Amino acid sequence: MSGALLLLATLGTSLVAAVVIFLLPERAFRARTGINLGAALVKLSLVAWMVWGLSHGREYVIEFPVLEGLAFVLRADDLGIMFAGLSSLLWLLTTIYAIGYLEDSPNRKRFFGFFGLCVASTLGISLAGNLFTFLVFYELLTLSTYPLVVHRGTSKALAAGKVYLRFTLTAGMGLMVGMVILHVLAGDIRFGEREILAELGPERRPLLVGLFWVLIAGFGVKAALVPLHGWLPRAMVAPAPVSALLHAVAVVKAGAFGIVRLVYDVYGIELSAELGLLYGLVVVASVTILFGSLRALAQQELKPRLAYSTVSQVSYIVLGIGLFGPLGTIAALSHLLHQGLMKITLFFCAGNYAEELGIHRIDELDGAGRRMPLTSLAFTVGALGMIGLPPVVGFLSKWYLGTGAIQAGMPWVIIVLVASSLLNAAYFLPVLGRLWFRPGPDHGVGAWPEERRLGRLETHGWLLVPAVATALFSLMAGMLAGMPFSPLEWATRVVNAEYLP
Amino acid sequence: MSAPLDAPPSVEAVVLWLALLAPPLLGLAAWRLPPRRMLPVLLVGTPLPLATLWLLHRVSVGGGLEGAWSLAGLRLHWHLDGLAGLLLLLTQLLLLASAAYAVGHRRAAAVPERTFALFWPLLGGLAAALGLIWVAADLLTLYAALELMGLTAVGMMLLPGTGEALLAGMRYLLYALVGSLAWLLGVALLLGATGRLDLAGLAAASEPGAVTGIAMALLAAGLLLKAAIFPLHGWLVPVHASAWTPVSALHGALVVKASFFILMQLWQRLVPEAVAAAWLLGLLGSLAVLWGGLQACRASALKQVVAWSTVGQLGYLMLAFPLLAGTSAAVATLAWQATWLQLAGHALAKAAMFMAAGNLVLADGVSRLTDLAGACRQLPLALMTFGIAAVTLMGLPPSAGFTAKWLLLQAAILAGQWPWVVVLVVGTLLTATYVFRVFRCAFVEASPRHEVRPLPAGMDLVALLLALAALGLGLGAEWPLALLREEGMP
Repeated sequence: MSGALLLLATLGTSLVAAVVIFLLPERAFRARTGINLGAALVKLSLVAWMVWGLSHGREYVIEFPVLEGLAFVLRADDLGIMFAGLSSLLWLLTTIYAIGYLEDSPNRKRFFGFFGLCVASTLGISLAGNLFTFLVFYELLTLSTYPLVVHRGTSKALAAGKVYLRFTLTAGMGLMVGMVILHVLAGDIRFGEREILAELGPERRPLLVGLFWVLIAGFGVKAALVPLHGWLPRAMVAPAPVSALLHAVAVVKAGAFGIVRLVYDVYGIELSAELGLLYGLVVVASVTILFGSLRALAQQELKPRLAYSTVSQVSYIVLGIGLFGPLGTIAALSHLLHQGLMKITLFFCAGNYAEELGIHRIDELDGAGRRMPLTSLAFTVGALGMIGLPPVVGFLSKWYLGTGAIQAGMPWVIIVLVASSLLNAAYFLPVLGRLWFRPGPDHGVGAWPEERRLGRLETHGWLLVPAVATALFSLMAGMLAGMPFSPLEWATRVVNAEYLP
Repeated sequence: MSAPLDAPPSVEAVVLWLALLAPPLLGLAAWRLPPRRMLPVLLVGTPLPLATLWLLHRVSVGGGLEGAWSLAGLRLHWHLDGLAGLLLLLTQLLLLASAAYAVGHRRAAAVPERTFALFWPLLGGLAAALGLIWVAADLLTLYAALELMGLTAVGMMLLPGTGEALLAGMRYLLYALVGSLAWLLGVALLLGATGRLDLAGLAAASEPGAVTGIAMALLAAGLLLKAAIFPLHGWLVPVHASAWTPVSALHGALVVKASFFILMQLWQRLVPEAVAAAWLLGLLGSLAVLWGGLQACRASALKQVVAWSTVGQLGYLMLAFPLLAGTSAAVATLAWQATWLQLAGHALAKAAMFMAAGNLVLADGVSRLTDLAGACRQLPLALMTFGIAAVTLMGLPPSAGFTAKWLLLQAAILAGQWPWVVVLVVGTLLTATYVFRVFRCAFVEASPRHEVRPLPAGMDLVALLLALAALGLGLGAEWPLALLREEGMP
């Protein structure tokens, strides 16, 4: 298959799946499940094929003109394919989870239709070859996630959707204006051609600095940088698979990935450092990391605690970008994947506790480890990873961040990292303690809020398998980090291309 | 390919005039034999856009066509360039869609057949009037076409026959007549000063001065009134409240745009350098964007939201004037493309939106937003169509509205005219506010289920196709825009 066709097929898989799902009647449960899983598997294999091709020096590009001097470009590069791989792998698992989670609930057709559109947009973001194409899919992502956020149709969900749109659409307009200004300044900026902005005269420098922060604000809303994170905890009213999608696969990741593209492919790391932009990023990221962790500590419910933990963890990516140097970059890029794996595990588990036992608050979790051992094990793996304990993969992120900080000459960042790890431990360890060491209803103390016995296993199989699988992936990515095609190895590959001429 | 005047007409000219004059004849035929199914309407109508496509191909190969008629001592000029051809194509597609939709609408709304038969000749007349406006190259033809358009539009508005429709239609007629009066005065002044009526001659003969200025002001006032540009938009919303859906769709999509098109043609030829006046028009457009958006956010009925949205969206078109007046060629080219892309995208999307809203109202039997609760479960296709059309109106990717907004922003930034950037941003956010207000109402789950009347599938399908066309035009804009770029501005 030619490169262009492969790209189109990859993007088209989820688009076509979405359209077919919209055309199927609501009651066609089996057909919908088949199409969902089939499309997810096909897409995962197509992405895997491209990963293989890229590592053998193949090129995947397709483009056509939209306006004079502006093209729609899809291009798979090492960086983009990382994100594409993450989203297709996690899409498969989230689809499995969502099928189990939404069993017998209304509006499933709408849910899976927009779910497919959402993942297609994410893939488009990862494969976009210039800013224009990036913006197209970035805004499509906003549109396609809205129906998922308000899926339940309750007044709380609708209010959360309103806040979500207010943040994201305003940010989208900021991004669009910023990108048009860049276009006016420098023409069509393709990712991978890094010198365009650096060649502008020194009189443009203040404008470039201003634009950078406008664009960072635009991406920062989705990446939930403080103080633009307000929508994320509220969006927790959405069903658990949507939360998983928002936090691990699509929305916050799209924001973080946008920042990666902006720094490495639009401004270029040299120019960003020269303009003093990276230092600002490190400060913003550090504030967000500490603030998110502190707020997470204050939450009494499980999902909001995880939400604030996301606010904090995603900023590790931004922090890594800000540390000018190869180690920081490796940390940033690999954390993009690592955080996705760990966070989705945690959300799957939180969803399982809520579905099987009706647990929403942390103090209701006492003794749940005995009742749901596999889910609790998976949760433990995710939580330990977030704290940064080896051999879970989160340890690697923090290790590279720390060494990167020293390399970049910003040792104070290590204090932020240590403080954040302590805070992570402070809000995750009590949860683990309750899970495993407190007596609960299964020890004859109290009762579960709403027990449902969904399957022969500890819960419904469709809910259990994805959680265990992502936990295993988080472990394996940590233990097999030196193997080819591991997230860390691939991130190193990207960084080598970036820093070595 | 431009034939010498009074030479035997070329094949292209014959095809063009056949395409222009066929709709009234078809309309008369349909009056006697009203179609009952959509398929015959589509089959009979499809050759027209195909003919226009062929003409566009000829124009892109060999340049524009032009010619003149001698009629009772008057010479009437016409010309067909890429812009006129594209607008003709757009008109034919929208008329065809509305005609097909109208067949379903009659069945679903149970309109008496004899009342409905009158729709067809009026539709034919409207088609001829619009076609003439796109190709006319002298003020007299333009006047005749403008009047014909106004009268057929009022006639269609009166068709429902209710007291409300009568009142709104009469108010519309009154406004249109005042507009015509201003237009006639302007034409008389120009004729007295230059002795010419054809646009090319006028452009050559008129010189900037008080007379041209006053004449243009009168012409502009008349056209702004007919185009419902703020603050002369008072007649627009009431007429939509009572009109039939296919009529609303055509009116919002095409009729108001025709007046804008004429204004742009005259402005570019008579006073292209009038920067202050152009900024005034841009200011009116900005106020239209704000006012229309705000009113759409406050409206309580679905059709009102859509109608107010037209008032707001027309404002974007007015931003073209300051961006074209006295700016560099690069800015002007961008603004020129942006304007026509915005016009086309809005026309397709607004027609789709009126139809989708009409379907929701007709099937659900309610017209208030708050009664839409549960619509997403019962009428998913109509709501989806509404949403896709709304993407274009909001100017979000990958729609035509988005590409047009990108061009407009680029033009405004390149020209350093920052106020319009603010207007575009605020307008987008306002549009999103009223669009998602509709969705918030429709997504409510806790609602009593009420009966939904089944509609002919074609009605949903026509609306969906139009909405998808508006969406597809966003990334597929290169072909029409290249045609516009090649021939430049008048």
